[in-house]
Amino acid sequence: MEMHPWLPNLGDLREMLKEIGVKDVEELFSDIPKEIVLKRELNVGYGRPLSEYEIARRLEELSEMNAKLLYPPFLGGGVCPHYVPYAVKMIISRSEFYTAYTPYQPEANQGLLQALFEYQSYMAELLQMEVVNSSLYDWGGALAEAILMVNRINGKKKVIVPTNANPNHLKVAETWVKGKGIELVKVKYNEEGKIDVEDLEKKLTDDIGAVYLQTPNFFGVFETEVEGVVELARKKGALTIMGVNPLALALIKPPGEYNVDIAIGDAQELGIPLSMGGPSLGVFATRWDAKLVRQMPGRIVGLTKDSFGKEGFTLILQTREQFARREKATSNITTNEALMAIAVAVYLSLLGRNGLKELAEEVYLRSHYATKLVESRGIGKRKFLGDFFEEVTLTFPVEYQRIHEKLLKAGLHGGLGIDDYSAVFCFTEVHPKKAIDLLVEKVEEVVKNVEAS
Amino acid sequence: MWRQAKWDEPLIFEYKEKGRRGMLIPREDEIRKAVSVNIPDKIRREREAELPELSELEVIRHYIRLSQMSFGVDTGMMPLGSCTMKYNPKVEELSQSLVENLHPLQDISTVQGALEMLYEMQEWIAEITGMDKCSFQVPAGSAGELAGVLMIKKYHEEKGRRRDEMLVADTAHGTNPASAAMAGFKVVYIKSNNRGLVDLDILKEVVNENVAGFMLTNPNTLGLFEEEILEISKVIHSVDGVLYYDGANLNGILGVARPGDMGFDVVHVNLHKTFAVPHGGGGPGAGAICAKGEMAEYLPYPIVEKSSKGYSLYYPKESIGKISTFFGNVGNVARAYTYILGLGPQGVSAVGKMSTVATNYLISKLRGIRGLELPFPGKYRKHEVVFSAKPLMNDTGVTAFDVAKALLDRGFYAPTIYFPPIVDEALMIEPTETETRETLDKFANALKEILAEAYSDPKKISSTPLNTSVGRLDQVTANHPTTVTPTYLVKKLREENKIGALR
Ligand SMILES: Cc1ncc(COP(=O)(O)O)c(C=O)c1O
Repeated sequence: MEMHPWLPNLGDLREMLKEIGVKDVEELFSDIPKEIVLKRELNVGYGRPLSEYEIARRLEELSEMNAKLLYPPFLGGGVCPHYVPYAVKMIISRSEFYTAYTPYQPEANQGLLQALFEYQSYMAELLQMEVVNSSLYDWGGALAEAILMVNRINGKKKVIVPTNANPNHLKVAETWVKGKGIELVKVKYNEEGKIDVEDLEKKLTDDIGAVYLQTPNFFGVFETEVEGVVELARKKGALTIMGVNPLALALIKPPGEYNVDIAIGDAQELGIPLSMGGPSLGVFATRWDAKLVRQMPGRIVGLTKDSFGKEGFTLILQTREQFARREKATSNITTNEALMAIAVAVYLSLLGRNGLKELAEEVYLRSHYATKLVESRGIGKRKFLGDFFEEVTLTFPVEYQRIHEKLLKAGLHGGLGIDDYSAVFCFTEVHPKKAIDLLVEKVEEVVKNVEAS
Repeated sequence: MWRQAKWDEPLIFEYKEKGRRGMLIPREDEIRKAVSVNIPDKIRREREAELPELSELEVIRHYIRLSQMSFGVDTGMMPLGSCTMKYNPKVEELSQSLVENLHPLQDISTVQGALEMLYEMQEWIAEITGMDKCSFQVPAGSAGELAGVLMIKKYHEEKGRRRDEMLVADTAHGTNPASAAMAGFKVVYIKSNNRGLVDLDILKEVVNENVAGFMLTNPNTLGLFEEEILEISKVIHSVDGVLYYDGANLNGILGVARPGDMGFDVVHVNLHKTFAVPHGGGGPGAGAICAKGEMAEYLPYPIVEKSSKGYSLYYPKESIGKISTFFGNVGNVARAYTYILGLGPQGVSAVGKMSTVATNYLISKLRGIRGLELPFPGKYRKHEVVFSAKPLMNDTGVTAFDVAKALLDRGFYAPTIYFPPIVDEALMIEPTETETRETLDKFANALKEILAEAYSDPKKISSTPLNTSVGRLDQVTANHPTTVTPTYLVKKLREENKIGALR
């Protein structure tokens, strides 16, 4: 190879080798046993370096293989489609942000640190929790880290999780905590789709380390007994972990007001594209209590002063981290989701106080409108009667798979099937009334067709 | 002379104007007529979140100013050892159009294009590492390690054995022992010998039926190739232990040698290092976790599979489960995909060579500078080199920390410092293949000047940096229980005397 835009020294190779004092490149690898030195080119890519134009063509070709939908899918289940404004995209495309790394040299990364501090502060305000880290990978990972943190604090090996929490979050948590022998004790939900407090009381024994609760839960339903659950847990000496959709917090009481110990969630809905589920942004927060904060996973940015007395920012409480504590660290995480945290800070800044509320209301209203339409046409009904946000579980008189297939043919992607007749649908500001009406119309066609035959 | 912006930019929460708005939200008035918001009293939020109220321009100007007080690869060379801060080709951003609007729970028939990209990447990363199968469940390297050690744990459990110990090299990154501990292993460190390599004698002594595996990176964090790797592999496999490859240092041998051929069974790759995914100010990155032989059946699910009917999802028989909620950081896998397309087989195969040339060229420029010492000399480094500034500290009191700050003043980011732990006053430098020879010369000159100045005027070096947005930061104020301020909420509550010390 003679020349490549990303390998600028190919033409200087000979002189550089001379400077090093070797006759060829192979000499630099003479310490690698001969039998494992690769004697061929790697079989990757498409035969030769592609130009940008050719790469663009290949990407278009692949995009053509994805289905063209009339509207974003009516899917939630952990991430929901939303519109990401250009202002957000432009800020996170700033080279000084997106090509930086963890601000190990705070003097040269003040802006990055301030942006991350602002993210933490936005989340603290929404959650009413004093301490927020600067990101974990995603909600599932945040739940796993919360459970591991509980185990470090009280040494208990069982944590209660309700079966109306997102099953993918639970699968992730189960995988991560298995190594430590921690068991997830499942608690049922009631006919309203909410946590079954009686079942919880039964299972809340002294060896339970924490109780987890998600609101709105996997079915889209608000948990209304949070206060009672927190009290029950506290009485039994268990910590509390609350999972929340931060967008919903514009309307519902934040975890801090329930005095929960740990709050987690995913901030994808606040300015991060879907990207098939990642990168996303795991939110992690605790109360102002050293017992909790010292055991927190992940990086935290804090406010301080510089040598001239000027306000500045730096990474704080780093003695929790893997590079300092190795096997005694509070987590193994280092590369996190920082840029996504900046996206969320910019998005919330654009929305502002009133915009956030308006967006949450719009989303709430659209999900309620769709539900009302389905129910009033007699083509389906809510599976659970509790009030809901953004997502709703609908049950139909025909198999959902038939509806799903029909919708796909019409260029619409329906909700997530959870049993033969029910699916969880998500409605946001990217689903205009026209889209919702069309969706309901298509569902109606299937239902009526089946009923007629 | 290099100068960084010094804006006195307030916190966004300190903009107190009211009533402005940075974006509009689509609004359906007919829907508003048909239904209303009716949250149960018991759970309704009473006190609204206090968010600022700003125009679009105010928001943009605020964050642009913050960006100007930051430093990335596009701003200047970032020789952060172990982090592989190579150039992030701009074409990578094009790849987002393929995946950004796809929902992870979509019917797989509707995302065949994205799955084809993931499938090709699985195949390519397997080819590059010499493994059989790869999964992109892991959003970063450390998550890959966790997946790997959980796989190792399950592998032994399936064979009906309890193995409690995970071996880790003493030069290993902190994530290795932290990941092993998260999976419930007891960490046993293997000391390096006087050549900076795994001490084979110690290894042989330590390896027994209680050892689950060995986590190793090769080249190691000193930039040295573990030349006894085939012997190491034999020793570990003699007790049916699993050899784990921390792929953070793959850049030094990419195209030259493959972990699979060295005897490694499970490998993670940091796509944000070796495959040029931008580091995003700390993340998001993306990882791959790969394995061969029997171990491949333990990989986290799902894995993309190809058949005559198209792409579908495969669940390995003994899978440990899920590490990410969905498919991992797909957006960044797509970025790495364009990087591999752009380099082609010839380019990818040249990366290890060119990064190694850059490192050794830099060493030749820095060799013999007063104050710097090259521990474990006599061997060619691969992706990176670790110098010790201990002589400098002994002679002048100027530390590796001071040298790092002085480099900032000259427009270079600092190397990784104080790592690996076995080198005192470590300066860990990784130039990567994307910096030009002239930039390497300039960096070497800057370092030489700093060291010379440290001998003539040590105070001057220990009072750096002066050209950055702020001076050195007060770590005591930052961390003291009475002043620690992790959020604006804490700042406000403290001003109102509503919270005490963090004790
Ligand atoms: C040698 C080594 N191992 C593991 C890691 C962890 O990778 P990540 O930051 O992607 O989690 C890093 C980088 O931080 C590293 O340098």
